[in-house]
Amino acid sequence: MLLITCPICGVTGNETDFHYGGEAHISRPASHDPAAVTDEAQRDYLYVRRNAKGIHFERWRCDRGCGKWFQAARDTLTMRFLATYRVGDWPPSDITALVPPGNPWHGVFHPASSGKAGAQDDLGRDGGAA
Amino acid sequence: MSARPYRVAAAPGIGRLIDRNRRVNFTFDGQHLTGFAGDSLASALLANGHRLLGRSFKYHRPRGVFGLGSDEPNALVGVGTGPLHEPNLRATQVELYDGLAAVSQNCWPSLRYDLGQINGLFSRILPAGFYYKTFKWPKPLWEKLYEPLIRRMAGLGRAPDGNDPDSYEHVNVTCDVLVIGGGVAGLAAAEAASAGGARVILVDENPRLGGLADLSDGEIDGLPLLDWVRARAELLARTENVHLLTRTTAWGVFHHDYVVLAERLTDHLPVAERRGRPRQRLWKVRARNIILATGAQERSIAFANNDRPGVLLSSAARGLIRRYAVSPGQRGVIFTNNDDAYHTALALASANVKIARLVDARGRPPADLVDQVEAAGINVSVGSAVTNVGTSGLGTEIVSVAISPYRSGQGRTVIEEREQADFVAVSGGWNPVVNLWCHNGGKLKYDEKLATYIPDLNPGNMRAIGAANGTMDLGSLLDEAYAAGEAASGIARKASRPRVSARDQSALQPIWFVPASGAYNEGHKHFLDHQNDVTAADVELALREGYRSVEHVKRYTTLGMATDQGKNSNLLGLGIISAATHRPIPEIGITTFRPPYTPVTFGAIAGANVGELFLPVRRTPIHDWHEAGGAVFEPVGLWRRPYCYPAPGEDRHAAINREVLAVRRGLGLLDASTLGKIEVKGPDAPEFLDRIYTNTFSTLPVGRCRYGLMLNEQGFIFDDGVTVRLADDHFLMHTTTGGADRVHAWLEEWLQTEWPHYRVYVTNVTEQWAQFALSGATARQLLQELGTDIDLSSDALPFMGHASGTLAGYPVRLYRISFTGELSFEIATPAGFGLALWELLMERGKALGITPYGTEALHVLRAEKGFIAIGDETDGTVTPHDLGLDRLVSTKKADFLGKRSLSLPHLAAPGRKQLVGLETEDPAVVLPDGCYAVETPLPQPPMRMIGHVTSSYWSPTLNRSIAMALIRDGRSRLGQVISFPLGEGKVVRAKIVEPIFYDKEGARQNV
Repeated sequence: MLLITCPICGVTGNETDFHYGGEAHISRPASHDPAAVTDEAQRDYLYVRRNAKGIHFERWRCDRGCGKWFQAARDTLTMRFLATYRVGDWPPSDITALVPPGNPWHGVFHPASSGKAGAQDDLGRDGGAA
Repeated sequence: MSARPYRVAAAPGIGRLIDRNRRVNFTFDGQHLTGFAGDSLASALLANGHRLLGRSFKYHRPRGVFGLGSDEPNALVGVGTGPLHEPNLRATQVELYDGLAAVSQNCWPSLRYDLGQINGLFSRILPAGFYYKTFKWPKPLWEKLYEPLIRRMAGLGRAPDGNDPDSYEHVNVTCDVLVIGGGVAGLAAAEAASAGGARVILVDENPRLGGLADLSDGEIDGLPLLDWVRARAELLARTENVHLLTRTTAWGVFHHDYVVLAERLTDHLPVAERRGRPRQRLWKVRARNIILATGAQERSIAFANNDRPGVLLSSAARGLIRRYAVSPGQRGVIFTNNDDAYHTALALASANVKIARLVDARGRPPADLVDQVEAAGINVSVGSAVTNVGTSGLGTEIVSVAISPYRSGQGRTVIEEREQADFVAVSGGWNPVVNLWCHNGGKLKYDEKLATYIPDLNPGNMRAIGAANGTMDLGSLLDEAYAAGEAASGIARKASRPRVSARDQSALQPIWFVPASGAYNEGHKHFLDHQNDVTAADVELALREGYRSVEHVKRYTTLGMATDQGKNSNLLGLGIISAATHRPIPEIGITTFRPPYTPVTFGAIAGANVGELFLPVRRTPIHDWHEAGGAVFEPVGLWRRPYCYPAPGEDRHAAINREVLAVRRGLGLLDASTLGKIEVKGPDAPEFLDRIYTNTFSTLPVGRCRYGLMLNEQGFIFDDGVTVRLADDHFLMHTTTGGADRVHAWLEEWLQTEWPHYRVYVTNVTEQWAQFALSGATARQLLQELGTDIDLSSDALPFMGHASGTLAGYPVRLYRISFTGELSFEIATPAGFGLALWELLMERGKALGITPYGTEALHVLRAEKGFIAIGDETDGTVTPHDLGLDRLVSTKKADFLGKRSLSLPHLAAPGRKQLVGLETEDPAVVLPDGCYAVETPLPQPPMRMIGHVTSSYWSPTLNRSIAMALIRDGRSRLGQVISFPLGEGKVVRAKIVEPIFYDKEGARQNV
C-alpha cells in the first residue's frame, strides 16, 4: 500500500487515493508530425514499455485530491519514491544521475539528446524528443 | 468415556493458566465434555483422553496435537454452529468457552472410523503430483466421475450456512513504532521505544503477552522471566502513549511499512456474551518504524511415522504441562538434537509424567543437562535417534518407539531397540518466524549455527530482534531489543541494561531425515508437511522428475502450500533437498512467504462494506417515481435505471413490447439523466474536440448537435454520444452512462499531459441535469401544450438542433436527438426541477397516452433502427470501419486520437468481423445474445467460428426477431444464410441482411 505525496497540492495518501498512469515521458508520435509516423513507431508507442529493475519513471494522478497528473521516480525493487515532479518537467537531475547503465532509462535524460536543457517535453522511444 | 489420567495434579509451575474451580462445558463431534476455564480446546480434548483430533488431507491418516499455537498443522477443527461456523481453526489457539461446539474435519462417517483412510492403502500410487498423471482415461469419466469425486474430497472443513450475522470494523491508524510480538524482546523494545513519548503499538496474536517466557529458564534483574514479563506488561498497560493489542494477528506487511492486523474481539466468549460488539476488527497501520519480535517456532525431525497422534513438538509438550497441566501421554520418549528439549524432560518429570528415554542425536550433549535429567530418573541415549513408532488401533495410538544409533550421513538402520511409550516429544531446533520480514521483500540468510534462515536485509523501515532475528541468547536479545526500541523512536540516550542470568545453549546438530529400517527408509512415511501430507519420498520424487529448484519442488509436492505455509516443514524439505542433491542449504534458497500469516476471515476484510454498503448506489431525481410506478431496475455501472415498467398482471416481455409500441405509435418518456454530460469550454474547445472525436466538431454550427465516435489510441471505439455546440467556445458533450466518469478523466488526461497549451476547461455536470427523452409523433404537441418560449417548429428547431428557454416555467435545454428513430426531444432541466417536470409531463401527457419506457424498450427501439450500443456492438476490439461507420471518420483532419492506429496493418487487413443484421429463418426464434456463428454446422465441436451475435431482441414493431452481429467479411455476405449452433444439436439458421430493420430512410425522426 504505497504512501504517496502529491507534488501539486501536497496531500499525502494511500495509493488508493491516486490513479496509476503507466510509464512517464512517452512521446505521442502523431502529435508532432502525424503524416510521418511509421507503423513501428506507432506500435512502440502503443505497446512497448521500459521494464526497469530499479529506478523507473511513471505517471500518477491525484485522483481524490487536486485531480492533477504528476510524474514520479520510483525504485521498482524497494518501492521507494525518489522524487515527484510536474508533468512536462524532466526528473530532478540528481535523480537522473543515479540511473545506472543497464537500466533502460540510462542516458535518456541527457541534455544533448534533445538539444534543450531544463524543463522538457516527452521523449521518443530512442530517448530524443520526437 | 472414562479418561485416562492425562490431566495431572496441581503443582508449582504446572497448569498455570487453568482455574480448576471453574468447569467449562463443550462438545466435540457431538460428545459432551468438560474442561477448565483457561484451557485451550486442544488441552481440554487431550485432558479428556481425545488424542485423535483430525484426519490428514490426502491419506486421511489419524492425527493429533503437534504444536503449541498458530503453527499447529494437524488439529484443525470447525467451531460454531450454523452461520457462526468457522472451519480450519487450530485447536491449540481456540480458547475454551462455555457452550463451545467443535467438530473434526475431513472424515466420514466419523473421526475414528473414517472411510477415507482407505487412501492410505493406495499411498504408493498417490504420491506428490499424482494428479498430473492420472484421471485422464477414459476421457468421458472425467466429467461424470473423477471431477465430482475430486470436488467432494478436496478442501478441508465446511463453509458456514447462511449469512454472517456478525459485524466487523476497519480502523486506520498511524504510529511511530509498531512492535509485532509481545514476548521478552517485544516488551523490552516497546518499553524503550515509548520512553521518549513516541506512539507505540504492541501487538500479539495470543490472549496474553509474554510469548514463551513462561516456558523458558533465565532471570532478568533477579526475576524469573514470567515475573519480569508480567511487570513489563503492567507498565506498558499504564503507559499512555502505548497501545496494547492482544488476540490480534499481524498478518501482512505491505509497501511503505503498512501492516494489517486482525483483532479477535469476541471469538473466545460464550455466544450469549458477544452481542453489541464487532466480532473482529481490521487495523490498517501505517508505521514509521516496525520492530519484528515474532520469536521462533520449533521444528521437528523427520522419522518414519512421525505424524502419528502422540508425536508432538517438545515445546508443545512443555506448554501443555506447564500451562494446562495436561500430559501428552502416559509414558514418553523425548528426541532432540539440541539443549532445549531437556527442559521439556525436566518439566514433564516434575509433573510425574514418566519419560522412558531421552534420545539425543548428538554424540556429546552437555554433561550438566544429562546429569540433571538422569537425576530425575530419565535414561539418556546419546548418538541415537528415534527411527520409527509402532502403533495400534489403525495408527491412532502409539505403543512403542524404535530407537537406533545415529551418525550423520549413515544409510539404512539395522539395529533397533523398542521402548514402550505412547508419545514422542521431538525437537529439531528453532526457526525464527520470518514470514512478516519477507512479505515486503525482506531477504534471508542462512545461519549455520542455528541451521535455519534468519533475517538479512529489508527494504522497509523494519528491524528484527530477539529469536526472530536468530538472537537466542537472553542477554544479547535484551540488548538488541532495547537498542531497537531506542533507534526506532529516535532516542539517543541509551537506557541502562538489566542484569541477565541464563544458561548458554550449546550447539545443535542439524538433522533432517532419520534413516529407518527396511522399506521405511524410502521416506514414504517420513512426513514433512503434515497439512498437505507431503513426505520425504515426495521431495525425492520431485527431484528425480527433474524439479530441482526449490520453487518447483514446493509447487510439485505442495510442500509449504497449506494454511500453515510450511511453518514446521519448510526447513525439513530444504534439508532433504540438500542431502539428495549434495548442495548446501544456502545454495538451495527458500521459497517466499506471503500474506496472510494465518488465515483471515472475509468478514474482517469486508468490514462494514457489505450488503447495502458494498457499493454506492446512484439514483436519478426520478427514482422514487419509477419505483412507485412499478419499475424493474437494472444496474448500469453504479446507477439504477428502470429496465421496464410491468403493469399489474404483466410479465417483462409484455411490458417491453407494450413500451416499444407506445413509442412507435403513441408517446413515450424515458429517464435519460444517467447519461454523461460534460461541459467543454474555452477558446481551444473546437480544436480539442476535433482531436477527441473521429469526426469534426469545429465545423458544427452553434445550436446544433452531432453524434460522435470516440476511439482509444489503439483505434478501437470505447464511447459515443451526441455533442451540442452551445456557443463558439462552449460545447456540451454527452457520453454513455457507464462512460461518463471515464471520458471525463480521459479528457483531463489529454489536456493536462499532452496538450497543456489548449485553453479548455472540462466539467462533469452529469448529476447537475435531469434529462428525459420524449419520443413519439405527438412529442411536439405535448411540449406546446405545456407552454414554452422556444420555437418548436421543425424550421426553428430541426432534427439535431438545440434550443434553450423555459418549458412550463422550468429552465430547459432542448435537443432534437433521437435514439428511438421517432420524433424526439431530449429535455434537460436542472436536477432540482427534474421530478416536478417529469410529473408534469406525465400528467399532461395522459390524454396523448404517454407511457414511461425503460432501458430494454430503448434497446429494442434503437436496434430496430440499427443504432449501435457501446458494449454490445463494441467490445474494445471494434473499429468504425468494422461497424460500417466510415462516414463518421474524418479524412480531412490531420490527427485525432486513434487515427494513426486505424491504418496499422492488422486493423486495415481484410477478414475482420463486420456489423450485419440477421433475420432468423423462423421469425419467432430469438437468437441468444452472444451466440456464435458458423458457415457449416457440424455434429460436434470444434467448428470454425466466423462471428457472434451482438444484440438480439423480439421486435413487436416488425412482429419478428431481429439481431445484429459481427461476422467475418459480413458486408460481402449479404443474403447468405449462416448457422448458430446452440448446443445439444439445436441449430438456428439466419440470413445476413443490412443492419437496419425499420424506417431505413430515417424519415420518422426528421419531422
